[in-house]
Amino acid sequence: MLADALLFQLGYNASLVTLGALLRGIAAGVAGTFLFLRKRALVSDAISHATLPGVGLAVFALVAMGGDGRSLFGLLLGAGVSAGLGLLCVQWLTRRTRLGEDAAIGAVLSVFFGLGVVILTIVQTMNAGRQAGLEGFLLGSTAGMLRSEALLLAVSAGLVLLLVLVLRRPLTLAAFDPGFSEVTGWRPGRVDLAMMGIVLLVTVVGLKVVGLILIVALLIVPPVTARFWSERVDVVVITSGVLGGLAGYLGAAISATAPALPTGPIVVLVSFALFAMSLLCAPGRGVLASVLRHQRYQRRVHLRQGLLALASGQPIYERLTHRLLRRAGLIRADGVPTTQGQAAAAKAQLDETRWALVRGDQAFASAAARYDGLTAIEDVLTPDQIGDVDARLAPPQAVT
Amino acid sequence: MGAEFVTLSLTPILIGICVAVACALPGNFLLLRGQALIGDAISHVVLPGIVVAFLLTGLVATGPMLLGAAAAAIVAVIAIEAIRRLGRIEAGAAMGVVFTAMFAGGVLLLEQSDTSNVHLDVEHALFGNLESLIWLDADGWASLLDPVALAGLPVELPRMALALVGVGLFVWLFWRPLALMSFDEGFAQGVGLHTGALGLALVIVSAVAAVAAFDAVGSIIVIAMFICPPAAARMMTNRLEHQVAWSIGFAVLAAVLGYVLAGYGPLWVGATASVSAAGMVATVSGVILG
Repeated sequence: MLADALLFQLGYNASLVTLGALLRGIAAGVAGTFLFLRKRALVSDAISHATLPGVGLAVFALVAMGGDGRSLFGLLLGAGVSAGLGLLCVQWLTRRTRLGEDAAIGAVLSVFFGLGVVILTIVQTMNAGRQAGLEGFLLGSTAGMLRSEALLLAVSAGLVLLLVLVLRRPLTLAAFDPGFSEVTGWRPGRVDLAMMGIVLLVTVVGLKVVGLILIVALLIVPPVTARFWSERVDVVVITSGVLGGLAGYLGAAISATAPALPTGPIVVLVSFALFAMSLLCAPGRGVLASVLRHQRYQRRVHLRQGLLALASGQPIYERLTHRLLRRAGLIRADGVPTTQGQAAAAKAQLDETRWALVRGDQAFASAAARYDGLTAIEDVLTPDQIGDVDARLAPPQAVT
Repeated sequence: MGAEFVTLSLTPILIGICVAVACALPGNFLLLRGQALIGDAISHVVLPGIVVAFLLTGLVATGPMLLGAAAAAIVAVIAIEAIRRLGRIEAGAAMGVVFTAMFAGGVLLLEQSDTSNVHLDVEHALFGNLESLIWLDADGWASLLDPVALAGLPVELPRMALALVGVGLFVWLFWRPLALMSFDEGFAQGVGLHTGALGLALVIVSAVAAVAAFDAVGSIIVIAMFICPPAAARMMTNRLEHQVAWSIGFAVLAAVLGYVLAGYGPLWVGATASVSAAGMVATVSGVILG
């Protein structure tokens, strides 16, 4: 069943939904990356909530013009206009008043959403039958996706990708160094506005598929996930698009296999599963990787300190150090160093003595800055320099 | 303003006021600490908590649901903190990841479980239904002194009043530490305050207020009341005492005006039905802010 869904074998409608969710995921993942890098991820929350009054008012307008209030394009236009208004409110509150951006976001989203609810209750009393289409905007409804809607999704996804491709330089600049961006002629305010425009496009078109509450997830989760895997912007953008697409594709396919599995939440949960996996397993920034890195570092410190203790003839009591030295074949079970151990201890001691000299000499200041108690001096200085240092060491003394 | 008012409008307005003030009080400190959106996150994650509580107990009872909601709120706060620290992710993004995922989980559980025969749906959770909290046993102002009629008060009113008292007590008792922590966290730590624990306590108190209110009025008022009155008050003054006082005033104003506009406003302009009171309260709070 799931395999059928993944291979588009579940009939025309299910395939359409899967394709639509795939495109949506890619567009949202790509657009959301810059939002996340600019540390404004939750602005998308305000945008998506602010669409509601527009949708309600659009129904009024459509009915007034003689339509039946169900034209998707008209509804999305209304949503776009009111979301844009909400966005401008957030910008204005943040810039012109003493409120922080988080307060501005919260105020805009709750007030616009409240207004939307008021308008929707009026719509409800107008003509109960036509209200049905609006429920889908809250939580998304893919069941009845039409070919025209899928086309709309495809066109908008293409547009988003194109815009990001064209604007990638200014967007990156504004995210990492607004000051430099300003100097080179890209005003961060304008770039932000362009970025928000892209996000707005994604949000408004995505409303119908996953609903206004969960579209936020598609804008935030894939970029956060992708950030674990790379430190390079272009790679993060592409990864995020792929992850978003994957979540959309898998989520839609899974939801097609059973009737009680709504697409929006499943897509979000798949996306979250990908995030959780990355949080744990990603190399570099993942939890597992940092635990391993910490352990390796701990071992190196213990080994080094153990060797220095051996060199000065002290016994080793600390258990971990003892075990590590023993495993490396440097000491015997009773704590007496083996021949190898003696050699390694002497080497560590020599290293420390050389370091001490280097750190006391201004001429080696840049090398001395790299002292961390673990780095071997050969990694920092050339053999010639080490020769110089050794010439200044006290000559070996005869044992009396 | 006669018997009909007492029956139909008095309790919703009182509940609205309690909710507004109970949320606005901790909202002041959340706003100053730059955590204003925690109210938003909490009100979303409450949904899975309530659904899980329903699935476990199998009944729509208030006690388990409140517990479930509070547990979900605490889980969310811990998860946000864990993701922020472990993944070194900015707080806003971590919040976005957690609350959307938990909300999605809640919606999915709701669809999966057989809840069609009970009164538990997403729209109700979001918008609440302030208008339905009427006092059927009342038949005039005299009922306020009538113990029999008083027994028929909607349970939401005493519960919300209790939550308000709890929140008020917390703010009153911890006024100085809270103020210190909000303005200068480093200094607060320096004089020996456990800012981590206090911050968590503040969030939990907010969660309790949100959860108690959520059941009666839906999440949209809760989010609006956490942010709008304190934000509006913040613009009026630079002194914390005055800010809190202003925010309480604004919260009460928003609740009363919002309810009246929703209940009677449409009648004045000739419409036959009223609009969502919860939505109207949120809207009025926005107008006050503007």
